[in-house]
Amino acid sequence: MKILALLKRVPDTEAKILINTEGTGIKNDGIKYVINTYDEYAVEEALRLREKAGGDSKVTVLCMGPEEATELVRTALAMGADDAVHVRDAALAAPDPFVSAAVLAKAANDEGFDIIFCGKQAIDDDMGQIHSIMAEMLDIPQVNVATGFEISADLKKATVRRRIEGGDERVETSLPAIVSCEKGLNEPRYASLPGIMKAKKKEIRAKTLADLGFGALPSPARSAIVRWVPLPKSTGCMMVQAEETRAAVRELVRLLREEAKIL
Amino acid sequence: MANDILVFGELRGGGMKKITKELIAAARRISQATGGAIDAVLIGQGAGSAAAGLADFGLRKIYVLEDEILGTYSTEGYAKALAGVVKETGPSFVLLGATAMGRDLGPRVTAKVDGVMFSDCVDVRMEAGRCVARRPVYSGKVYIEIARTDDRPNLIALRPNNIPPAEPTGGATPIEKRASSVTREAIRAIVKELIPLEGGRPDITEADVIVSGGRAMKDKANFKVLEELADLLGAAVGASRAAVDSGFASAAIQVGQTGKIVNPKLYIACGISGAIQHLAGMRTSKVIVAINKDPNAPIFERATYGIVGDLFEIVPMLTEELKKVL
Repeated sequence: MKILALLKRVPDTEAKILINTEGTGIKNDGIKYVINTYDEYAVEEALRLREKAGGDSKVTVLCMGPEEATELVRTALAMGADDAVHVRDAALAAPDPFVSAAVLAKAANDEGFDIIFCGKQAIDDDMGQIHSIMAEMLDIPQVNVATGFEISADLKKATVRRRIEGGDERVETSLPAIVSCEKGLNEPRYASLPGIMKAKKKEIRAKTLADLGFGALPSPARSAIVRWVPLPKSTGCMMVQAEETRAAVRELVRLLREEAKIL
Repeated sequence: MANDILVFGELRGGGMKKITKELIAAARRISQATGGAIDAVLIGQGAGSAAAGLADFGLRKIYVLEDEILGTYSTEGYAKALAGVVKETGPSFVLLGATAMGRDLGPRVTAKVDGVMFSDCVDVRMEAGRCVARRPVYSGKVYIEIARTDDRPNLIALRPNNIPPAEPTGGATPIEKRASSVTREAIRAIVKELIPLEGGRPDITEADVIVSGGRAMKDKANFKVLEELADLLGAAVGASRAAVDSGFASAAIQVGQTGKIVNPKLYIACGISGAIQHLAGMRTSKVIVAINKDPNAPIFERATYGIVGDLFEIVPMLTEELKKVL
C-alpha cells in the first residue's frame, strides 16, 4: 500500500503565546516548535498499517511548511517513515485553508496513495479544515477524529471509530480515503537511535509551488484577520479558608449557591 | 440574496440540538444589521417534526430534507444535501455548530460551494458593515477576529454555550420539504454503529458541570470519588493530560489543548496543577473551583474559588455537604 502521513510544524503545547507589540501576530521568540501532536498519531498509524499491509508498502510523509520544518520531517523518518515530500515556498508563508488543501491535494495526487492519515487539527490555527477540503478536492471519503482503525483483509476497506459527542461512531469506508487522527488512537513510538541514523540517508524531496504545477497561489486569501485579542485578565481567585476543612467546604457550598448562584 | 443567512439545524436521534437556537440568535445579529432574511435547513430523520418546533422563530423559510438515504448522518450525503440548498438559495452566511457533525461537514460543504469557513467561533457580530467572528487560536491561548475578504459564501461554525439561545417571536414560518439528489453510491463512508461512552454521564463538551481530576488522583480507581460528586450534580467527569498519560483516565475525557475544549457553567478541578495546556481547555468555564494541596499551583490563578487541601478529604466532604442542600 502507498500510505501518506501529513505533518505540520507548530508551537509546543507548553509554549506561552503572546501577541506581538504591533498586534499583527504572536511573539515568536523563545517558542519551541514540534510536530503537531495529532500528526504524530497519524505517522504512527501509517507505520502500523505498513506493517500490517506488508509487501512493498511504503509510508511517505507530506509536509508543507518553512525550511525549519525539515528537522521535524526528519524526526518522522526516524520514527520509521520511508521518505518525505516537503512543500516549501515563500508564497506559502501564511496560507489559508483552501490554498493549503489545494497544494497538499496536488502533492498527494502526484505521489499517488491508497490512504492519507493526518491529525484532526493543527494546534496552532485550530481550523481543522484542510483534510476535509482535500477529501472533496480529491473526491474521496473522509473519516475524521479517529480513535480506532482497522484495515480489511483485502486492503480495500477500513473500519474506523470516530469520536462524537457522547460516544464513538463505527464507520466503514472504502479506500482511498483520508483519516484524521485523535488522541487515544495509538501510542506514537519514539525515534530509536538506529532509526535516527537511518533517517539521515532517507530522501526528502523539496517541492515549490512551480514544481507542483502552480503558476500562482491556487486561491486568493478568502479571509483576513481583523485583530488579535488577548485573553481577559483573571479576576482573581477567592481562597476559601477556615480552621476546619469541613467549615471551608460548607463555605464553598454557600458561595456556589448564594454568590455564584449556580447550584 | 445578498446578506441572507442559512442556519443548519443539527438533529440528534430525531431531536433538535440546543445549538440550533444559539445559531438563530447569531443569525438575528447579522440580519438586524444587514436586513438579510434567515432560513433554516434540517436534514435527517425527524427533520419534519423538529422543523415545527422552529416555526415561531420568525424565520423566512425552513427547508426539510428527510430522504431515507439521509436518515442518519454521513459526511458525503449531508455535505451534498446541504451544499445543494446553499447553491440554490444563495445565502451569504451559513451558520452551523462547531460540533462533531459541524466540524466534519463544514469544510466539505465549503469546498463544494467554493466558500470560506471559520471554525470553532465563540462570537459573531456585525462591525462596520462586515461580519466579524471571534475564534480562539493556539487552543485558546489567544483570540483572533476574522472576516471574509469577498462575497463568497461564509460558513461560520459556532461553539455551543457561547451565545444565549434565541426565543420565539411568533408567526408561522412555512416549511418546505425538498428531495435531495443523494444516491447510495455517493456515500462511501458509512456509519454502521453508535457506541455510547462508558458510564452514561454527559459528554464533557456538552456538560453544564464538570468534575475533573489530575495527576494527584494517583490511580484509576480513585476517580470513583469524583464520579460520586459528578453523579450528584449530573456532571461529566474530566481529566488532565497528566492523569490520562498516567493511565488513570480515558483520552475521551481529557480536557486541554490536546484534549477537549470545554465551556461548562461550573468546572471543579481536583488535584490539577493547572499546566498551560490544561488552562487552555477550560478557562472559559463560568465558575472554576480549584482543590489542590499546593497553594502555589497555577490553577489558583485562573480559579474563581480555591481550597487548599487534600482532594481525597475535601471532595467526599463536598459531596456530603451538597447532598444536604440539593
